[in-house]
Amino acid sequence: MTPDLMKAGAQIKAEHERKVAASAGQSGGRQASYSRVVTGELDVTHGAILYLDDITVSFDGFKALNALSLSISAGEMRCIIGPNGAGKTTMMDVITGKTRPDLGKAYFGSTIDLLRMRENEIASIGIGRKFQKPTVFEQLSVFENLELALKADRGVRSSMFFRLNGEQLDRIGAMLTLIHLKDSAQRTAGLLSHGQKQWLEIGMLLMQDPKLLLLDEPVAGMTDEETERTAELFLSLEGNHSLVVVEHDMKFIGELTQNGKNGKKVTVLHEGSVLAEGLLSEVQANEKVVEVYLGR
Amino acid sequence: MSAVLPTPMAATIVPRVGLLSLKSWGAVALALVVVAGIVPILNLAVPAGSTFHASDYAVQLVAKIMCYAICALAMDLIWGYTGILSLGHGVFFALGGYAMGMYLMRQIGSDGQYRLPMPDFMVFLNWKEFPWHWAVSDSFIAQMLLVVLVPGLLAFVFGYFAFRSRIKGVYFSIITQAMTYAAMLLFFRNETGFGGNNGFTDFKRILGTPIATPSMRMLLFVITGCTLIGFFLLARWLVNSKFGRVLQAIRDAETRVMFTGYDPLRYKLAIWVISAVMCGIAGALYVPQVGIINPGEMSPAASIEIAIWAAVGGRGTLIGPIVGAFFVNGAKSWFTQAFPEFWLYFLGALFIAVTIFLPQGIIGLLRRKKEGT
Repeated sequence: MTPDLMKAGAQIKAEHERKVAASAGQSGGRQASYSRVVTGELDVTHGAILYLDDITVSFDGFKALNALSLSISAGEMRCIIGPNGAGKTTMMDVITGKTRPDLGKAYFGSTIDLLRMRENEIASIGIGRKFQKPTVFEQLSVFENLELALKADRGVRSSMFFRLNGEQLDRIGAMLTLIHLKDSAQRTAGLLSHGQKQWLEIGMLLMQDPKLLLLDEPVAGMTDEETERTAELFLSLEGNHSLVVVEHDMKFIGELTQNGKNGKKVTVLHEGSVLAEGLLSEVQANEKVVEVYLGR
Repeated sequence: MSAVLPTPMAATIVPRVGLLSLKSWGAVALALVVVAGIVPILNLAVPAGSTFHASDYAVQLVAKIMCYAICALAMDLIWGYTGILSLGHGVFFALGGYAMGMYLMRQIGSDGQYRLPMPDFMVFLNWKEFPWHWAVSDSFIAQMLLVVLVPGLLAFVFGYFAFRSRIKGVYFSIITQAMTYAAMLLFFRNETGFGGNNGFTDFKRILGTPIATPSMRMLLFVITGCTLIGFFLLARWLVNSKFGRVLQAIRDAETRVMFTGYDPLRYKLAIWVISAVMCGIAGALYVPQVGIINPGEMSPAASIEIAIWAAVGGRGTLIGPIVGAFFVNGAKSWFTQAFPEFWLYFLGALFIAVTIFLPQGIIGLLRRKKEGT
């Protein structure tokens, strides 16, 4: 090998590294994997954990989602706002497999095509969803609710022979403490207050150890204090989990984004597509947004 | 040390219960002693004149009701715990009964009316050889397998398509009614090879032993009683496991179950098939004791009655449906002797009264009394 060739090689390598560094962007310097795609494994090396492209859903001619495109980075917390009928819940339905879009693509990581999967499969690969109306198993106790949500084999046979081990018991105990329901562990979930049910549902989501959390109006019906605690909880999750929070409550959005000071982005939906995206302050200043939503 | 250490779980948070409480185990043991010890003695050893003698009629009635109680228990698993109301469970009961009946028909041998080796109805139809589905009918073991497999397979296929299409609630109940009705029409036809209108009757032997002797009757009684107790324990184990809690979760919030990563289809299908097989076994025990099986068991009304037993006794309690089966059928056998015309009115009124005043059934009423509220 001649020195010339070595020099040329070093130049090419340096050039490649410069390009990689320049294009790192949202992936935080991680390199895209060129190895074989592992099916069922979440691949976030390209930066995005959730990628929606050109999603269109129409119900009897009414376009609930109109060419919606959205990308959420790994570890990001994104707030989504929009007036009623903007398509927020439909978007969650598409991501979680409840509604099939007429057009478009939805990927979890870079390799998992969400449009080919059923609801329970999507849930098992790590997308947790909280409904607008708190949905818990009302006839079961708080403890049993968390036990069912606990990450474990979902098959019929393993459920029949399932026994909690010490570690899992500790996880449930820690979760009960986190969601402030330790004293109600044996209460029937149906007897909890509205705010407590919301917390229980969030707890159930976290027991599944999801990579992406979709939260549809998580603080509806909560007291101010509960709302504040919820905001703290979500901010503590960020980093390990990616969160998408759909909310009407501007005060809560303000708390989550610290009024734009922590650099969290807000997306405004309107008539089924993205109207604006940016920091809360930018969005609030946006003419179009003021017109359709915030202003009057 | 800023990390919050998980606090050790206090015993109050997880009351891990065994399969049954000590008291309930005692009750199960007592039931076993009564079924397998006391009743046989009272029936076979105590002379007929004594006040303690259990008459053949009473024994047969209780045996019949125990078969019904198995059906009610099966209904409770699917309706009470999973929230799926089946109005077609009679078909599984009848299929189990027919599978047993085919074997019993073959056991008659050449002792039928026509003194020919074929069952009478086949001779009457001028059939020269057995149709294909009678191929294994002279083997006891094969037919006992069919008792389990036929209802199980029908339930699996029907359930798979119904649950996959997410048919729920009233719609599901209606198609189960249609299923049992269609099966009844099919079995009514002579060409189907199940004896048509008359079904199977006139059984003579089981495993080469005469069927109408007191000791054989008692043996069947004991087997039925033990099966009922066994199924009760099985059901208890099922609903006490995480599997049972998933079923209840499906009943309360199916979408949440899906979004928690469980596939409701598999769970519903599993309990649906278990429930159907239980009914099939109940049917197989019923036929040799009652001595007849005909398409009437597949009538929509027969299936609705199963649901009534479960509702009257108390859904979602396991012991309730057994109590309900005994209460309703006990009332039925008394009523149909005392006021035969009014039985159906009484049954209808009972169902309405239970629905309005006792949503938790008899067991719910007893529990409320006990709690003193």
